[in-house]
Amino acid sequence: MDLILVNLIDGLVTGLLLFMLSAGLTLIFSMMGVLNFAHASFYMLGAYFAYQISIALGFWMGLLIAPLLVGVIGAGVERYGLRRVHQYGHVPELIFTFGLALLIEELVQFIWGKNQMPYNGPEILNFTAFAISGNSIPAYKIFMIFISVGIFLGLLYVLTKTRVGMIIQAALSYPRTVEALGHNVPLIFMGVFGVGTALAGVAGVIAGPVLGTFPGMAFVLGSIVFVTIVIGGLGSLWGALVASLLIGWITTFAKSYNIEMEDILNGIGISTPENLDDNIFRDFWSLTSPQIADILPYILMVLILIFRPAGLFGKRIQ
Amino acid sequence: MKNITKLGAVSALSLIIGASAAFAEDIKVAFIDPLSGPFASTGTNGLHQFEFAADYMVNEKGGLLDGKKIEVVGFDNKISPKESLIQLQVAIDQGVRFVVQGNSSGVANALTEAIDKHNRRNPDSRVLFLNYAAVDPALTNDKCNFWHFRFDANSDIKMDALTDVIAADDEVKKIYVIGQDYSFGKAVSAAANSMLKAKRPDIEIVGDELHPIGKVKDFTPYSRKIVSSGADAVITGNWGADMLGLGRSIIENGFTGPIYTYYGAGSGMTAAFGDSGKGIIRLISEGQVNPPPTPEASAYYDAFSAKYPEGNIDQTRISNTIGMLAAAIEKAGTADDVVAVANALEGMEYESMWGGTLFMRPNDHQLIQDMHIAAHTNEGITYTFDSSDYGVLVESTVEMASKDSESSCEMKRP
Amino acid sequence: MTNKDPRTDIPKGAKPSEQIMTDPSKASERMRAGSMTLTLVPWVVAAVLLAILPQLFTNNSALTIMNQMSITIVFALAYNMLLGQGGMLSFGHAVYAGVGGFACMHIMNMSDFFASIPLVILPVFGGLFGMGLAMIVGSFSTRSAGTVFAMISLGVGELIAACSVIIVAFFGGEEGVSGDRTYAQPFFGVEFLQQEEVYYLTAAWVIISAALMYLWSRTPVGRMANAVRDNPERAEFLGYSSRWVRYYSFVASGFFAGVAGGLFAINYEILTEENLNTASSGVILLVTFLGGVGFFFGPIIGAIAFTLLQTVLSLSTELWAFYAGSLFLATVMFFPGGLAGLIMMHVPAFKLGKAGKLVMPYIKTLLPGAIGILGLAALVEMTFHYRHAATGDDEMTIFWTTFDSHSLMPWIIAGALTLIGLGIARATAPALKDAWSEANSAGGAS
Repeated sequence: MDLILVNLIDGLVTGLLLFMLSAGLTLIFSMMGVLNFAHASFYMLGAYFAYQISIALGFWMGLLIAPLLVGVIGAGVERYGLRRVHQYGHVPELIFTFGLALLIEELVQFIWGKNQMPYNGPEILNFTAFAISGNSIPAYKIFMIFISVGIFLGLLYVLTKTRVGMIIQAALSYPRTVEALGHNVPLIFMGVFGVGTALAGVAGVIAGPVLGTFPGMAFVLGSIVFVTIVIGGLGSLWGALVASLLIGWITTFAKSYNIEMEDILNGIGISTPENLDDNIFRDFWSLTSPQIADILPYILMVLILIFRPAGLFGKRIQ
Repeated sequence: MKNITKLGAVSALSLIIGASAAFAEDIKVAFIDPLSGPFASTGTNGLHQFEFAADYMVNEKGGLLDGKKIEVVGFDNKISPKESLIQLQVAIDQGVRFVVQGNSSGVANALTEAIDKHNRRNPDSRVLFLNYAAVDPALTNDKCNFWHFRFDANSDIKMDALTDVIAADDEVKKIYVIGQDYSFGKAVSAAANSMLKAKRPDIEIVGDELHPIGKVKDFTPYSRKIVSSGADAVITGNWGADMLGLGRSIIENGFTGPIYTYYGAGSGMTAAFGDSGKGIIRLISEGQVNPPPTPEASAYYDAFSAKYPEGNIDQTRISNTIGMLAAAIEKAGTADDVVAVANALEGMEYESMWGGTLFMRPNDHQLIQDMHIAAHTNEGITYTFDSSDYGVLVESTVEMASKDSESSCEMKRP
Repeated sequence: MTNKDPRTDIPKGAKPSEQIMTDPSKASERMRAGSMTLTLVPWVVAAVLLAILPQLFTNNSALTIMNQMSITIVFALAYNMLLGQGGMLSFGHAVYAGVGGFACMHIMNMSDFFASIPLVILPVFGGLFGMGLAMIVGSFSTRSAGTVFAMISLGVGELIAACSVIIVAFFGGEEGVSGDRTYAQPFFGVEFLQQEEVYYLTAAWVIISAALMYLWSRTPVGRMANAVRDNPERAEFLGYSSRWVRYYSFVASGFFAGVAGGLFAINYEILTEENLNTASSGVILLVTFLGGVGFFFGPIIGAIAFTLLQTVLSLSTELWAFYAGSLFLATVMFFPGGLAGLIMMHVPAFKLGKAGKLVMPYIKTLLPGAIGILGLAALVEMTFHYRHAATGDDEMTIFWTTFDSHSLMPWIIAGALTLIGLGIARATAPALKDAWSEANSAGGAS
């Protein structure tokens, strides 16, 4: 029972981190139709910038400055790269972000080398917030939860309660009408791209000390971000949140409990074949949930796409 | 289709590459390991150690066989079996007769089979495979062949030495085994189970777990299980980012017992563990760095540090590989007839500057050597890793580990 | 850039199904229909070339690299059946090639059966298994195009790649499955011991598969794939089920991907997880796009160029991926039609007989431009060397020149080359532009 609570907290941290990435991506995707493969690379840039800044000015300045830098770079990429490629269509855009991801990884290796960076969280948060039957919850994790929830509330407020948010939402659906009303739609797109990448940067800053700051960190995250926004429904902030938390909890619980395929199959009345070692399905029988934890989101996505292509919270119907 | 003519240009290019130095006098050693991509740091560092060993131990002392020098040529295999096979072909065309590789048993497996087939099909350009780090036991057991020599201890030998040390520690009652979900991780787990059962039946294995390799973003759920299992010690064969991620997560979540690792030092890991890993991270490996075993080794390390201030000698087996290869070439009196060199390597006994005698077991081409358990610490360290204050200090040693262990190798000799 | 924002031209709020796919309204992304008549000349030329190449380049590494190119060509052409002809973007196409290849490896290991078939027909089995998997996956993934198709392909790709380390019985774990091609029944006495023999086998398969894929694009089904790509609703009104048309394209593409896998099995005699993973799927997308999806021969050029980058350039520099990434960005930003599009841009000028007018402006712009880019590459290499080389190891060699990277002179030279080269290219670019429009406009010279 205690472990369930611990896992709930751990899953929440994972999920919220994922949310910070997917929130920006889902806005970018639904607005521009750009499947931004370089999104995780901006996350990596956030971590590296923050590391570099933290050496000179400490962690907190890193948390403040690094996302801004990432956002500016993101806006620059949109203005001078994507906008140009956009006229050619969606596949070139996608290839552009693909190449960009490759290039950012190479640049990071070029500048910082190939080893893991000794990037650590602030000393002040280096204590155990509380412990549940021997399992300590570091204060840094609590801090991560607060940051992500704060960002979610901020985004929600901006998108639904402010004028800028209204314009963004309108530009999502009727860009030409919005432009005809005198708003600068390209500027809005650039802004959204910048903010989206800056959010990824924040995620990088706070995840770097926990998950490691190394050139492969973007690749490890990989396509799971896309999976999240597809499950949640494209363009839906709530969907992104729910899907992120769902994925966070599913993977955490699958790893924490050794559920074995053999038990499941026996449970539904299929008995274990004799001579399991010679059976061609032996690997299937010996599956355990931690083995497949990280591919569960993909299974979920395929199922959702087959049965509900618009995603959990998606409004658009195919 | 004029684009096909491009093919011509391409092959002309590769012809130039291939022919450029085929007739040089030097003895060429092809280093086929990742020099780009996520594992590049390990590969680049290994290449530096090989180049340095060849220069320091052979070339600056006048070379071999009346002045022939050893030239180490790096080939980037991007840790892909397919690319390794292409690069192997390029290397052979450049006149290479000795191939060294170590990162990833999967690549080693592809290379050893390809080299076996190549040597069978092309008796004129046979090559030897000197494996310096791929530790899958199968390579010197079921999949052994005459052309493959392993200079690292295989994972069973390491586990044998490790369990000897654990067995002597009465405080350890519960052990958790965790590794990456592939052949090496499974080999570590199987060896830990069987050897602990034989040596200390009272030790309980409280967890035996495999996780996807290179895919886990957050190790927290695993470390929760380890902490709540009440384990006294953890054994892991993880390497690279998986090692660092797992280690940090276990420590962060309140584990204080020893974590016995195969690859928990160097490549930026020592610096990243820093203070938090002190007294917890243990490393099982060959070759003693701290305290320095011999004056020769100190001189060697100092010279290396002067050349590569940010580099580590975290693989002492590399200088052993070059040393033994040089000795075998001298003994055989030729560097072209690899069968003669292989025969000279078989059964060779070699005094390593890192302490102890090395013995190349003839029946399976597995090097038998002393194994050390070292601790990650900042006290008593002469040679640190990763330009940090930390390094590994030898705590206990198993001499000539697993000298008489069995091997299922049935070697076919030419 | 014009003042008009091109972005507003896309259908905002369009159905997500229209969001990621090749856009038929862009010439660069549309596979041309081509003429109905099939000219034999290019095929004969290609076959003769492939036949005499090994006589010119006899060393094994050249053959190995050419084999690798051939495999990539078949795979990229198969991929373009989806992307170029059918407008379907797949993120997991490597699994069809991989599964075909794995099946071939298992056939190689079935000694009795394998000894009774000649090696040359092995790729057919690879194709059949690739096709079988495509039939299963396609049954649910081709129901819609666009984003849904792309994301299902991503998900299925990840699943099967993950299975490769879990289901050891079929995929052999991370060590993969290996075998020996020489145990097959000798084919007219050839046992395929040598690279050269394998080369001819691969070359023959490249010609056959390319020809079959070309013919496929000329069949009614192939034509309907174009129609469904461009306007599924109109295709439906004509009485075609766009879903089934997509399905047939998908299955055919799976077959040829499987053939590529079979050729891989014959060449390398080992298949591993890397044949299935998403990185391989991404690479084939890049290869196809680099060559140009708009033309049948585009992927062929892409495969050749990429193999060169990956295999040959990586022998010379550790930074090959950096250059590859830059090349992709440059291609996509300036030549969205890919290398094939770049070549085909010159067809009108040739037809007008004015291509000669482009030669001098090209030399004036491209030569300095190339020098400038090489200078830039030299600067990058020198920075890399300066930062990462060993202490005391100051010497470095680029472009056959050896010098001391810690002295000032090489930096000045490289920097000057870069500035002057790019400067001249920039200065002469307007002249090239004029010459270009001149060469492409009909009528006499004014």
